[in-house]
Amino acid sequence: MDLNYSQEESAFRDEVRGWLKANLPQDLRQKIANYEELGRDDLLRWHRILAKKGWVAPAWPKEWGGTDWNVVQRYIFEEECGFAGTPPLIPFGLAMCGPVLLRFGTPEQKKRFLPGIYNGEAFWCQGYSEPGSGSDLASLKMKAERVSDKGGDHYVCNGQKIWTTLGHYADWIFCLVRTDSNMAKKQEGISFLLIDMKTPGITVRPLILMDGGHEVNEVFFENVKVPAENLIYEEGKGWTVAKYLLGHERMNTGRIGASKRELAKLKDFAARQPGDDGRPLTEDPRFRDKLTRVEVELMALEITNLRFLDQMRRSGQPPGADVSMLKIKGTEIQQALTELSMQAVGPLAQPFKVVANDPGFDAFTAGLAPRYCNFRKTSIYAGSNEIQRNIISKMTLGL
Amino acid sequence: MNFDYNEEQQLLADSVRRFLAKDYGFEARKKIVGSRQGWSAEVWAQLAEMGLTGLPFSPDFGGFGGGAVDLMGVMEAAGGALLVEPYLPTIMAGQLVARAGSDAQKKAILPQVVQGKLRLAFAHGEKGARYNLAKVAASAKAAGARWEITGEKSVVLGAAAADRIVVSANTAKGMSLFLVDTKDAKLRSYVTLDEMRAADVALAGAKGEQLGAEGGALALVEEVADFATALVCAEAVGAMKFTCDTTLEYLKTRKQFGVTIGTFQALQHRMVDMYVSYEQAKSMACLACSKVDAPLDAKDRARAVSAAKIKIADNARHISQEAIQLHGGMGMTEEMKVSHSFRRLTMIAQQFGDAQHHLTRFARLS
Repeated sequence: MDLNYSQEESAFRDEVRGWLKANLPQDLRQKIANYEELGRDDLLRWHRILAKKGWVAPAWPKEWGGTDWNVVQRYIFEEECGFAGTPPLIPFGLAMCGPVLLRFGTPEQKKRFLPGIYNGEAFWCQGYSEPGSGSDLASLKMKAERVSDKGGDHYVCNGQKIWTTLGHYADWIFCLVRTDSNMAKKQEGISFLLIDMKTPGITVRPLILMDGGHEVNEVFFENVKVPAENLIYEEGKGWTVAKYLLGHERMNTGRIGASKRELAKLKDFAARQPGDDGRPLTEDPRFRDKLTRVEVELMALEITNLRFLDQMRRSGQPPGADVSMLKIKGTEIQQALTELSMQAVGPLAQPFKVVANDPGFDAFTAGLAPRYCNFRKTSIYAGSNEIQRNIISKMTLGL
Repeated sequence: MNFDYNEEQQLLADSVRRFLAKDYGFEARKKIVGSRQGWSAEVWAQLAEMGLTGLPFSPDFGGFGGGAVDLMGVMEAAGGALLVEPYLPTIMAGQLVARAGSDAQKKAILPQVVQGKLRLAFAHGEKGARYNLAKVAASAKAAGARWEITGEKSVVLGAAAADRIVVSANTAKGMSLFLVDTKDAKLRSYVTLDEMRAADVALAGAKGEQLGAEGGALALVEEVADFATALVCAEAVGAMKFTCDTTLEYLKTRKQFGVTIGTFQALQHRMVDMYVSYEQAKSMACLACSKVDAPLDAKDRARAVSAAKIKIADNARHISQEAIQLHGGMGMTEEMKVSHSFRRLTMIAQQFGDAQHHLTRFARLS
């Protein structure tokens, strides 16, 4: 056991850091630093820069563009992206649909979709939740009926998806749909479909969150015809695909690099921010101790994450249910950081929508209140933290 | 970077665990705890036989030259069995001898320790010093080639079991270390909350043999305290694992309202949080042990150890308190091992500095 980075690992870190410094466009860097909303073009631009370098999907197999990095290298890369403040890579294609295609797709499906996902030609979104099916995902109702006509085999889809993140940017959506409503178990009769967002009958309606931002949507499907070749894996076996994908989704929710960066910014701010007695907040033991406890929790999570990755490397097995704890702890830390930031900023956290270059507000302060609101989502999305506890309880503890 | 125990470390940890499972069960331990001296000469001989007393000492003295990471698995096993033998005090004081002693002192003491013939203790803390390692009032006066040590040390773990005690005391040049024969000190012995033996040690001009340079001992004391803290973190991880496992077992067997209580979601989620606490604590124990073995510098080491101890203290409290709650009334009873792991974890949370102490130290180092 050695928790120090080896010379090779440090050299790799230097290489990544140097490349990011040289290739992250200044205007994108600035937008991230100012917590500005990123548009479709911003997101895809960064995606394509990484794709060109060959670093956009490190975990994919080499033949599809993966990097062959070991888990520590992958971790270093993610951490450096977090430090540098790169735009996020939207996971729906790269980390979700991509791995599903790699695992379950036919050779034709792989050839058709993977290059577009890799190169950032298509923007993907996820169609899972429905108004009546949140945590109880398997109760989903969106109907897909298989029909044959002279145009070939199709699924005709009717129903509604909700919480569709960045659906308003998307070219494609992957959906869980019900192809058979007569099964004994609700997990059966579900299928995994890829749907072109330009298909007639699809309507996207924004859901504005309490921070005033537009990132999620409702998507309505009315007699939407989807070619049968867009079915992934077997009809009725969508739940198997969904479970596989959820494991992947949870691997990315620790967001440790980004939290480290937020922690560093908060410490820097608190060291400059006078408390009531005029001394910096970092010298106020009550504030300082809260901050340290979050920092220590984050240190522990980083090592826990690395331990799981290491286990994965040695066993060759996909992550077990234990990775749910990365989601629980990672989101608790993200929320604690936004909350402590609100406390650090104090009365200046009150203005709701200040543009970052408004005189009198620095980038840290401006937009903090909406960010605090926005981050409440983290313990709800991607399987609420309570669902994660259910998973650990059942799968790991056998309760 | 890697997280594996190497083959030797794994084999050793496994054999210690097997030995403790066989010969150090709850009933056997109870007999030892209730005995007059509170530790077992037979068990000690076994620990020496397995090479544990020699693990962190140089092969020059018959040891294996191991570090904290080599000891991690052993300490985890000790934690799981709630070992009460004076192992950590001997290792800790032995490290002071190994790191500060003259060749002659090392030759005289360490082979004996390695062979299990000599036990040691470290008498440093004093009433009123709390966790401040720099605060020592005991004094040493030169008397020819020897020294006379005067002062009072409190809660010296393993003092009565020790043949010799390393004592810190001030000379004109500052904090220094001395070897004192236990028979030259006056011990007021007692059982601790976690059923170990400790003593208040009174020294009234006791004969002391200088260990290391005169003055400037604080840096070494901090270094060895960090080493011992990392070990106690690993021990805590073992005790936490036992506590979580036994609570899980209880949830799966105890029935109320016609079902096992583990079917209740309110309890399932609390049990999950205990396991998450355990994994997070384990991660920090890995960090602490790895950093005391190979720190970038003293600050890097101290920062990692303090961070680890904060997490260990917080999570020891969380896990031990939840374990008792989930056991209900039975958890309160002496006949359940979980009430003893509660006592050990409570003490570990405070040993070598509680969370508050290490929060302050961590901030000072940041």
